[in-house]
Amino acid sequence: MNPTRRSFLKGGTGAVVASVLGFDLKPAFAQAKELKIARTTETRSTCPYCSVSCGIIIHTIGDKAKNVTAQVVHVEGDPDHPINRGTLCPKGSSLMQDILNERRLLKPQVRRPGSDHWEDIGWDQAIEEIARHIKKTRDETFISTDSQGRTVNRLESIAWNGGCTDTNEFNYLAVKTMRSLGVTYLENQARV
Amino acid sequence: MTNGWIDIKNTDMMLIMGGNPAENHPCGFKWAIEAKRQRNAQMIVVDPRFTRTAAVADLFLQIRAGADIAFLGGVIHYALENQRVAKEYLVNYTNAAFLVKDGFKLPEDGLYSGFDAATQTYNKSTWNYEEAGGGKSAADAPPSLPPNVAYDAALEHPRSVYQLLKKHYSRYTPEMVERITGIPKDQFLKAADLFTSIRKDGDTRKAATIIYAVGWTQHTFGSQIIRTAAMLQLLLGNVGRAGGGVNALRGHSNIQGATDIAGVFDILPGYLKVPNPTDQNFAAWMKRITPTSAKPKEWDSWNYWSNTARFAVSLMKSMYGDAARKDNDWAFSYLPKVDREYSWAHIWDEMYQGKVKGLLAFGMNGVAIGPNSQKNIDALKKADWLVVCEIYPDETSSFWQSPGITREQMKNIPTEVYRLPGAGFAEKDGTFVNSARWLQWKWAALPPPGQARLDQEILARIFLNVRELYKKDGGKFPDPILNLSWSYTDPNNPSLSEVARELNGRALADVTDPATQQIIKAGQQLPGFAFLRDDGSTACGNWLWCGSWTEAGALMQRRGTDDPSGLGIYPNWAWSWPMNRRVMYNRASCDENGKPWDPARRQVWWNEAQKRWTGNDVPDFKADSQPKDHMGPFIMNPEGVGRLFVPLGGMADGPFPEHYEPFESPIANPLHPKQSNNPVVKKYKSDLDKFGTPEQGFTVVCTTYRLTEHYHYWTKNNPMNVQLVPEMFVEIPAELANEMGITGGEKVKVTSARGTYLAKAMVTRRIRPMTIDGKKVYQIGIPIHQGYRGIQEDEGKVPRTIANLLSPAVTDPNAYTPEFKGFLVKIEKA
Amino acid sequence: MSNGPLQIKAISGHAGPVPGRDASRDYDVCKLVDVTTCIGCKACEVACLEWNGYPFRETVFDNTYQTMPDLAWNYYNLIRFDEHVAEDGTLSWLMRKDQCMHCADPGCLLACPADGAIVQYSNGIVDFQQEHCIGCQYCVTGCPFNIPKFNKETKKVHKCTLCSDRVGAGLEPACIKACPTGCLHFGSKDDMKELAETRVRQLHEHSSHKNAGVYDPAGVGGTHVIYVLHDKDHPERYGGLPKDPQIPLLVRLWKGPLKWLGNIAIAAGIIGVATHYLRFGPKRAEEETKGEPK
Repeated sequence: MNPTRRSFLKGGTGAVVASVLGFDLKPAFAQAKELKIARTTETRSTCPYCSVSCGIIIHTIGDKAKNVTAQVVHVEGDPDHPINRGTLCPKGSSLMQDILNERRLLKPQVRRPGSDHWEDIGWDQAIEEIARHIKKTRDETFISTDSQGRTVNRLESIAWNGGCTDTNEFNYLAVKTMRSLGVTYLENQARV
Repeated sequence: MTNGWIDIKNTDMMLIMGGNPAENHPCGFKWAIEAKRQRNAQMIVVDPRFTRTAAVADLFLQIRAGADIAFLGGVIHYALENQRVAKEYLVNYTNAAFLVKDGFKLPEDGLYSGFDAATQTYNKSTWNYEEAGGGKSAADAPPSLPPNVAYDAALEHPRSVYQLLKKHYSRYTPEMVERITGIPKDQFLKAADLFTSIRKDGDTRKAATIIYAVGWTQHTFGSQIIRTAAMLQLLLGNVGRAGGGVNALRGHSNIQGATDIAGVFDILPGYLKVPNPTDQNFAAWMKRITPTSAKPKEWDSWNYWSNTARFAVSLMKSMYGDAARKDNDWAFSYLPKVDREYSWAHIWDEMYQGKVKGLLAFGMNGVAIGPNSQKNIDALKKADWLVVCEIYPDETSSFWQSPGITREQMKNIPTEVYRLPGAGFAEKDGTFVNSARWLQWKWAALPPPGQARLDQEILARIFLNVRELYKKDGGKFPDPILNLSWSYTDPNNPSLSEVARELNGRALADVTDPATQQIIKAGQQLPGFAFLRDDGSTACGNWLWCGSWTEAGALMQRRGTDDPSGLGIYPNWAWSWPMNRRVMYNRASCDENGKPWDPARRQVWWNEAQKRWTGNDVPDFKADSQPKDHMGPFIMNPEGVGRLFVPLGGMADGPFPEHYEPFESPIANPLHPKQSNNPVVKKYKSDLDKFGTPEQGFTVVCTTYRLTEHYHYWTKNNPMNVQLVPEMFVEIPAELANEMGITGGEKVKVTSARGTYLAKAMVTRRIRPMTIDGKKVYQIGIPIHQGYRGIQEDEGKVPRTIANLLSPAVTDPNAYTPEFKGFLVKIEKA
Repeated sequence: MSNGPLQIKAISGHAGPVPGRDASRDYDVCKLVDVTTCIGCKACEVACLEWNGYPFRETVFDNTYQTMPDLAWNYYNLIRFDEHVAEDGTLSWLMRKDQCMHCADPGCLLACPADGAIVQYSNGIVDFQQEHCIGCQYCVTGCPFNIPKFNKETKKVHKCTLCSDRVGAGLEPACIKACPTGCLHFGSKDDMKELAETRVRQLHEHSSHKNAGVYDPAGVGGTHVIYVLHDKDHPERYGGLPKDPQIPLLVRLWKGPLKWLGNIAIAAGIIGVATHYLRFGPKRAEEETKGEPK
């Protein structure tokens, strides 16, 4: 029996056969397989793709009990959301495959100068090295005054590229940190 | 969007152009279908291709990519010729009646007055209104708008904006439209008649909407296309009205938010203009960027930007806390001073020149996004270091492994590349701002997988590490780094709800509203931007979002599904900037006396008994400004009215939009062949910035776009989306394919002056050959979703070329967006 | 609609009456597909696949936006794309959601010899019960819409269930919920017919589609999936939707006057000419290859 299909005819074939013989007039029912989202935890989120901002419900396994690590089992549109009213496009409908995807990056890696491969690197070391790069570049190239002697306090040698799915709050942290470094090349997907 | 997604259902007429919402915004497009179903609204679609939006349109016209201003200018001409305009709206709510200075010249030869050929810029001093009463500003003062503008309410003065506009677009005849756009005259007239039919016989009740997306922005005159649309909507009196407006469909989930929060070089949060080196102190900066009202004496203008200093001081308090004080000029020295362009395409140009040495890319795939992707790859080879935070392996972090680079060559690429696993959307909370300006909170559903981390944690740790280094070792100008306000409960992993509250802003001392005497105590969240102060008693990360998380709670998290008016306002769902207004400029939905143009679609109105503006939506207006005071509804303009004519520095390339040819074009501009392109277009001079001409064999017009089944360079990692469209293709007109002997499914090679793209041919009747200025021109289309990393790419099943290897790095002089649409290529069998 | 187990109205290969038939009230469910508002986005395809959790198929580019040439055992629902040029040169791009029509008079059920492999619920859903399926593929022949698809690995036939598990739990089918434009609608057959007729009147009065009409073919007793078409006289333009679908004559005979022959044939294990036809039908070659794109 294919386990992904409904699992039984209520009463089974036997019941049907019995009724044929006229001994049982109970109605025949088919019991659909249990709804796969019947006991999942629902989290309200927003689709990360276009700017319609469809409300979505992410169904994760388990009921938030302590001993469970949540994993997504299904994603569907949020019927309460006034714009999408439960509908989703083919990208929104396939978000589960985006969340649970074997191509996800799972560990920090570094490609050393001149190298032809990635190497694993620990988070602490990666962050420390990146911070040193930033400071070195900044200290070497920071511009305090322009050619006319006016204070400009800017850094033209480090660029920031912000993504289209970065949240407002993250973007504000980026603005705060980058502007405090003096970064002028602060740009985002919004430009293109 | 001036309006919103749901509001589209209120329309009577749609012009969908420069966008393909059925494919790129399907769930928002439902409201366009709803308008058809519920109101018998008509849908006109104008596009270089017969798209899936065109499939459900009432009228489809195929246009040559980049000819949009000619088309829209032609519709403006038609509306003016046939009195299909909203006269009362035009006179009172736009600058149609304003007089323009003597000496301003229209671009019959392609150039406005004031062009300097040497610097390729305009001196815009003649692009101004005439001062009433002949007043003169000091000769040495920088040009500014006159406080008292001369006007002619009869619209008859030859230098009135209205008459100049009429003269300007009188050249955009149906015959000229046909020559430039390739749309046959009779079809054009059919569309112009249909669209303007809402104002037939003086009808003011109906409303039409214009819906567009990056099909308009991605040109060297993109901002001006959008201006033409806005002007048409002002002429027809459609802005501010339910079912009307100029509606930009942003391409990504939080592009709107990223712009609001100033993730781009030329602004600070809330669209404050960045300081430049001429601003030697805070006051000078404020003086330069704060407009003063400019209007006819008898009229009123709120000029909301007069509050700029309140927004800016509150921002500095938010960023630097106690380190930003009046006695240190609000830490003005901490802000970098910007006096040149630092836009997207510049990054890659200066990196290619070796000037940009490090790049932090958090969720933006610059190599694939292009334009001119090979230049971006070669630029990265010259960088010292690159940090990429992503959820999938992308083209940018793998630039050193891009097709054609050998192991031997890798040895000569000195760039150190860090690839950090970030968290996916479902693993993060926080807000996005949609196209309708709604801030909506989302909740995290599950933890990031493996060693992946929340992006805010990664950024916070990098920053705190840098700060530690400066504390320990000192360095160049450490003050802003050391003093940046970072008082999160967990500094290493800031809670986004804390940041959201910081963005809304709070009182640092007790603040009283003079109108209502309402007091906000020190430490409390501010209820709205009217409470912001320029004395340091308030802190606010983005004034536009002030009101989103108040003492009443997180309004951005609201989930109220009530819609009492039935207009789709949903006032209690999430929160919309500004101040929860769902349709911007909604004062213009009423006539001069404050009565709705259409009693069946009442948004706001003047309540004479209460002496206030009230309504179903939040009035986007000064609540107690009586209609007789004649305050303009466009409160963000110093004029108070909508701009048909943009004075002074508003636009880099002219007060009225003029048709220019795409930078690479199959023809010379029929309006003025000697000035074919936008005279102030931005381009680059590196050896990799090459441009093609028809004489070199680049005769086919190429446009790029997305498919509904895919999303940028992201879903090529998603097996479901790959199943739907497994291989990218080039859409080729059947006639061209016949000429070349190309059959569907055959591999073709598309070449521009910059690069080569390989994919299979989709031979279709949905793109037809066109006659442009008497010349037969073919257009082809390329969906952009192919890269060199992805499910199919990694399995070697697709050619691993990027569409943006073809596109040129030439940009719009206003918005700095590259011309991804309408460049020249040649095509051959591969 | 029911909430809970679905009551059975008809059973394939079953001798005698269906036990308890008509013992309780129910109304017919129906999907309305208004092709005049379909944008071919394929959200319904994905929603179906996600809900049913089937493995991905390997597809190849075929000079079309259509995902694959035909439905497959694990692909119940396919948008068919067709370009049509009218006499005046006007191009239209037709998109139609193709799937099981849930006929009131289902040819598949009539043709099926396996007791209980195909059932029809009292709400009109026609559902395959794979555990009772014997893999004979008579249903394929019985279907005038070319819907049921055979899985060679499991030797079972599959098709759209109209999300009987969701409907049974009080939810709408997955495809219906996802549809961005509302081109898909779900409700009682009476309501959907009314909605369809209203839309048709609107098209007559306010669009250029003066010959729009409802597709609810009488030859199969009407269907529980109905269409609004731009041109009711040319259903074949929409990826070959049959103009007047009928259950093949032999299938009718096999379950009608010749039923005894079939029973004997099965009981005795005799495969006659008739059953050969039932198994392979007149379009055998297509059936074998279409569902399995390379």
